[in-house]
Amino acid sequence: MSVRPMLLKGGRVVDPGQGIDGELDVLLVEGMVARVGLDLEAPEGTVVEECGGRMVTPGLVDVHVHLREPGGEHKESIATGTRAAAAGGFTAVCAMPNTDPVIDSPATVGFVAAMAREAGHCRVYPVGALSVGQKGERLTEIGELVQAGAVAITDDGSPVMDSGLMRKALEYAQAFDIPVADHPEDLSLSRDGVMNEGLVSARLGLPGKPNASEDVHVVRDLLVAELTGGRLHLQHVSTRLAVDAIRQAKDRGVRVTAEAAPHHLLLTDEEVSGYRTDAKMNPPLRTADDRAAVVQGLLDGTLDTLATDHAPHHYEEKEQAFADAPFGIVGLETALGLMLTHFVASGKMECSTLVERMSLQPARAFGLPGGTLSEGHPGDVTVIDPARRWTVDPRDFHSRGRNTPFTGWELRGRAVLTVVGGRVTHRLEESELG
Amino acid sequence: MSRPAFSLGKDLVGLEDLSAEQIRSILDTAEPFKEVSERRIKKVPVLRGKTIVNLFMEPSTRTRISFEFAEKRLSADTVNIGATESSVVKGETLVDTARNLEAMRIDMVVIRHGSSGAAGFLADRIPSNVVNAGDGSHEHPTQALLDLLTIRDKLERIEGLKVCIVGDILHSRVARSNIFGLLKLGAEVGVCGPMTLLPLGIDALGVKVFRRVEEAIEWADVLNVLRLQLERMKGGFVPSLREYNRVYGVSTRRLEKAPRDLLVLHPGPMNRGVEIDSDVADGPQSVILKQVTNGVAVRMAVLYLLAGGVPEKAEAAKTGGGVE
Repeated sequence: MSVRPMLLKGGRVVDPGQGIDGELDVLLVEGMVARVGLDLEAPEGTVVEECGGRMVTPGLVDVHVHLREPGGEHKESIATGTRAAAAGGFTAVCAMPNTDPVIDSPATVGFVAAMAREAGHCRVYPVGALSVGQKGERLTEIGELVQAGAVAITDDGSPVMDSGLMRKALEYAQAFDIPVADHPEDLSLSRDGVMNEGLVSARLGLPGKPNASEDVHVVRDLLVAELTGGRLHLQHVSTRLAVDAIRQAKDRGVRVTAEAAPHHLLLTDEEVSGYRTDAKMNPPLRTADDRAAVVQGLLDGTLDTLATDHAPHHYEEKEQAFADAPFGIVGLETALGLMLTHFVASGKMECSTLVERMSLQPARAFGLPGGTLSEGHPGDVTVIDPARRWTVDPRDFHSRGRNTPFTGWELRGRAVLTVVGGRVTHRLEESELG
Repeated sequence: MSRPAFSLGKDLVGLEDLSAEQIRSILDTAEPFKEVSERRIKKVPVLRGKTIVNLFMEPSTRTRISFEFAEKRLSADTVNIGATESSVVKGETLVDTARNLEAMRIDMVVIRHGSSGAAGFLADRIPSNVVNAGDGSHEHPTQALLDLLTIRDKLERIEGLKVCIVGDILHSRVARSNIFGLLKLGAEVGVCGPMTLLPLGIDALGVKVFRRVEEAIEWADVLNVLRLQLERMKGGFVPSLREYNRVYGVSTRRLEKAPRDLLVLHPGPMNRGVEIDSDVADGPQSVILKQVTNGVAVRMAVLYLLAGGVPEKAEAAKTGGGVE
């Protein structure tokens, strides 16, 4: 089925991949970017989208999303998770493999890809498990997973504790030029921790995960990446020393990319006071000092990728005593608004830097098509109304997850149109203009 | 100037949430209730017609029995629910348990739970009064209140005293409640134990940290010696019980070196020969059994106040009329 050409007219096109930031038109033909320029002429039958006063960016990419299917459909499905992604302005997401069963075979990789195609809300790139069953013992058939569509491997949900296994993964994956992503956490240090270890945990009587549990593991991964020359991707970095270590490693030429998550940029462990389970995630919210370091890391590019670690749970799973509730919060539908409000509108970050962190860099880190609007790239576009005011209300989420610490936050800026391969996958309805 | 009517609020979740005045009022209210337990017929009609559920999701003997005596001596109707017999075993969530209790129109829940924050969680979700009888490693407010009452009975003040809590501070709800309560009443507070059992950053709560028990003994007026949970050895927090006793055990030999007479408390149950030696536990400085006696009076006071009683009317309440 062919797709009609689309002309996105008169918006402020921000495409750091081409160094573009100005009022231009974007023409999509046959699902691909045909041209970006001034006063483009549309061929016969073109759909015209008026984008005056809007920002037009390459489609946003989130390389760290838990879609929960198969096995956790009460929390989220591929259909609801990708619908949430489209509503948040994302045109592509990378699905983590810690489902039930684990995505560790070509068949399960194929299942995720097929379900996503059927839903059609955004591109879904499956990430395969690094070890069989994510047990941390032996490598999966990485070549087969890649052939089936996996774009990276990880044991996310759990860290790769065995340094020797991490070495093998970083070596073996080089044949396929895919990144090896790791959730950095030394479990022998974090033990039964349920929040950041510090003043707040001491006061609340909750077992803590010390910064060192992340720092040690980040440094280990960096050293093994340096040893092997492999492509390392560090997930959801949350501590000052981890940011410092990554910065130094990048200076030494280690091939590493790294994520920051919106919640680690905006919240601290004080949020846990009152045993608030919507502030429980792993890695945990840390201190103001760590938060500042993560912000600095994102600004200077040490943390090149913004990723939500979208982790939906059923509401009753979070409706428990703090230690008993699962880790994780949803993020797909709040990330862009949070970043626009608290970084761009407040003047901390240039628009183009935000687009780099949310589109160009994540696409590069995982070797995905897109991330730029240069000719011949996929026609994945996010149209943003930077002035749109809205209030976070989980009842409006498309995600099945309602678990967010940002309920009631008043934000400015929202995706109003999401286009994947030249087709509209989300349009903010006028009735939603609350 | 009229004083606002005294209130403890709906629940007693922890001493961190109370003011010094509220804590003092609980201790003062406990005084008239002490003699009830000394009577031949140990019953007063203060909570007649009130229904109290003792929801103990974690094993407890002393606290549960102490609450039960306090409730029965105040003439409340009580029901006990334990973890093994309860629907929890069948997979019922805490929220559902709470809603079911509420549907049976109860007045109060006394809850013991293994998770920090569980008491507050319950208190936020049901209109009944909730009393925390220990939640995870968070708080055990009535234990701290009875400790405070016992210290005040013996030394006639709290303010200005130096109180050191010795043992597993990391996992101890008793320690946290004592720290909050003692600091609010103007005591100086120390903690002492192996570093593996002290929370990182505990000094930020305003307490002095002692790494050696000898230094704690030299400093303190009062020692509150905590039970060393035997599980801690399995967790690798201490190498062995014998070693713990050698390094941290409170013994007569160590107490003799103190520059002043120390008062020794222990919330029980004791591991004799581990954290405390028998000659100390049974010796003249120990007020351990006094704590147990005071526990009933303090819990009567808490129940009475939460039911709407006021401190000044506690004496009158005992002779009839209840709280309203």
